[in-house]
Amino acid sequence: MESLVSPRPLPQDPMIRNLIAQARRAQLNRRTLLAGAGAGATALALAACAAGGGATKPTPAADASSTDKTLNWANWAAYIDEDDAGNYPTLVAFTEQTGIEVNYEVAVDDNNTYYGKVKDQLALGQDIGADLSVLTDWMIARWIRLGYGQELDHANLPNLANLTPSLQNPDFDPDRKFSVPWQGGFAGIAWNKEAIPGGLSSVSDLWDTSLKGRVGVLSEMRDTMGCIMLEQGVDISGDWGDEEFSTAIDLLQQQVSDGQVRNIKGNSYLEDLKNEDTLAAIVWSGDITVINAEAGDKWEFAIPSAGGTLWNDNFIVPIGSPRKTNAETLINYYYEPEVAAEVAAWVNFITPVVGAKEAAIAIDPALAENQLIFPNEETLSQAHIFRSLSGAEEQKYQAEFQAILLGS
Amino acid sequence: MAFAAFTTTEAQPQAPKRKSRIALFLLLPGILYMVLFFLTPLISLILTSLQAPNEFGDIGVYDYAFNWQNYVTVVQEYWPHILRSFGYALVATVLALAFSYPLAYFIGVKARRWPLLQSVMLVLVIAPFFISFLLRTLAWKQLLSDESFIITSLKALSLMAPDAHFTGTPAAVIFGLTYNFIPFMTLPLYTTLERLDLRYLEAGSDLYANPFTVFRKVTIPLSMPGIVAGTLLTFIPAAGDYVNASRDFLGGPDTQMMGNVIEANFLVLLNYPAAAALSIILMAAILVLVGIYVKRSGTEDLL
Repeated sequence: MESLVSPRPLPQDPMIRNLIAQARRAQLNRRTLLAGAGAGATALALAACAAGGGATKPTPAADASSTDKTLNWANWAAYIDEDDAGNYPTLVAFTEQTGIEVNYEVAVDDNNTYYGKVKDQLALGQDIGADLSVLTDWMIARWIRLGYGQELDHANLPNLANLTPSLQNPDFDPDRKFSVPWQGGFAGIAWNKEAIPGGLSSVSDLWDTSLKGRVGVLSEMRDTMGCIMLEQGVDISGDWGDEEFSTAIDLLQQQVSDGQVRNIKGNSYLEDLKNEDTLAAIVWSGDITVINAEAGDKWEFAIPSAGGTLWNDNFIVPIGSPRKTNAETLINYYYEPEVAAEVAAWVNFITPVVGAKEAAIAIDPALAENQLIFPNEETLSQAHIFRSLSGAEEQKYQAEFQAILLGS
Repeated sequence: MAFAAFTTTEAQPQAPKRKSRIALFLLLPGILYMVLFFLTPLISLILTSLQAPNEFGDIGVYDYAFNWQNYVTVVQEYWPHILRSFGYALVATVLALAFSYPLAYFIGVKARRWPLLQSVMLVLVIAPFFISFLLRTLAWKQLLSDESFIITSLKALSLMAPDAHFTGTPAAVIFGLTYNFIPFMTLPLYTTLERLDLRYLEAGSDLYANPFTVFRKVTIPLSMPGIVAGTLLTFIPAAGDYVNASRDFLGGPDTQMMGNVIEANFLVLLNYPAAAALSIILMAAILVLVGIYVKRSGTEDLL
């Protein structure tokens, strides 16, 4: 107590100065002293913990894979083959083959919420409890930009030769130094076949007055804006800027304020399709296969005439993971065509592995014909990848898009 | 009440010192808890709300600063959401009171003769809590969807326009808020009405007051503690609620409340200072509104 009361030169840090000045001003009764000192100390400790600045990139953890034969894999729901007992057959086979015990966790529900959960640990280079995370292209781009992923050793990934050529050199990760695709899919349009027997062919068909208030779009900016911009003749993988983006934003804003668009949602858009709040929507391809299987063959998916978006979810090894080699062993395993075909047969998304189609014919010839799982050249030529955004662009465009989602 | 508290302690200045030390010791876990889990996050929140974007930083990188303009920016940008939050919360509170008062009166006063009925009804009021709040809200979303029995019937009866819809509208959000917070209104009302001395009402009638006057001049003032507690328990969480208004539940792009704006700023836009500033504005606004309300209803000594 005495030391606080006795006059002493104040420390330089303005925050500490303030706290001390406050403490002095207050009558030194026990409670305020305790609370002030305690809160000050803990708040300062917290402030020190929080990752500030952002100028320094974290350094990768030392690899202990040779002694530690375990692996933690954070993935999305319904994104790997699963049998009725709840086991993952391909993973069981992997453990038998390599002796690496895999702790598979459905830990990713949304790119943004997952990022919110792990970002502070990543910035400090700490282990986030996952040695492999599966995230969408644009989030992978952010991780690579911020130095949150470990560089992969391609010597441990001989099967990477099976990677589809079009995915070998994305602008956010040249030569796939940090990330490797897991599964991909299209964003396009889907409609209720009973309500709209004529079907839809383009994004503009969604703005037909007969569908007023019954149209849904995705809250994933790149997919919704990508489809609209393609309809407006923009090459979304190429060189476009603020002007093209705001033209598309104006259209979406118009459709939302007019009540044409009923709602803007993430994965839960499927509920709206099922209960018929929406009759047509911008959707993700694999989902439509799933709800058709679940709730009767009622919906049809199409890539819009002007094109749809193509996205991929990718493996990345978080910077704090001490099991990088184990992770690489697993990635390499899933690039064996037979394994990839087994996964593709279950998850209904596009596999990035060349040769998986031939392997799938052995499982089920009809499967190999499904354009949503094994798209041919023609289908692929209709799908476009939304170009990577810089940090500043991401902030600006997301803000404009969110402004529509939040209304006014 | 504050004065009363002070005068009673001053009236016994001779309280032995050792006792207060024991009291302090016993309070220590509570104080520590508050410092750790209330004061620290609050200070951290205030510091975050004053942060400025890092000049060379990527999205979501902020430095500690004294950027008070954050508050001005968020109010300018999100004032409709702020007004909407309090508007929805107010309407929901009034509706909840209108539904809950007769219900609580029936359980607490009229059903006194049948204790079994009283307990059964109370259980029914609490029963929704046995199921998750999220699940119940999702269930309403299904029940009120365009092709649902309820909405198609309303349309068949011409009570709703054929092209109208319910989910995603302000009415749906207010409905959800009212529904979800009714138990919080009913229970405090019940506890005061249950102790209501009916002889006061008889006395009122004996003095030639008609039933309405008795209700207005006797019942309402006597049940004021329940009304105040119930409205606070409803209004405060309703103003900060972000589930009902969420686009994934009963809301749409036109019904977003402050909680949704905070969520979007925090998770999607990674604008932590804006999210923090909005949270502080929400807390401060609730504190002021509640303060005025308590003062106005003249029930400081009930809290």
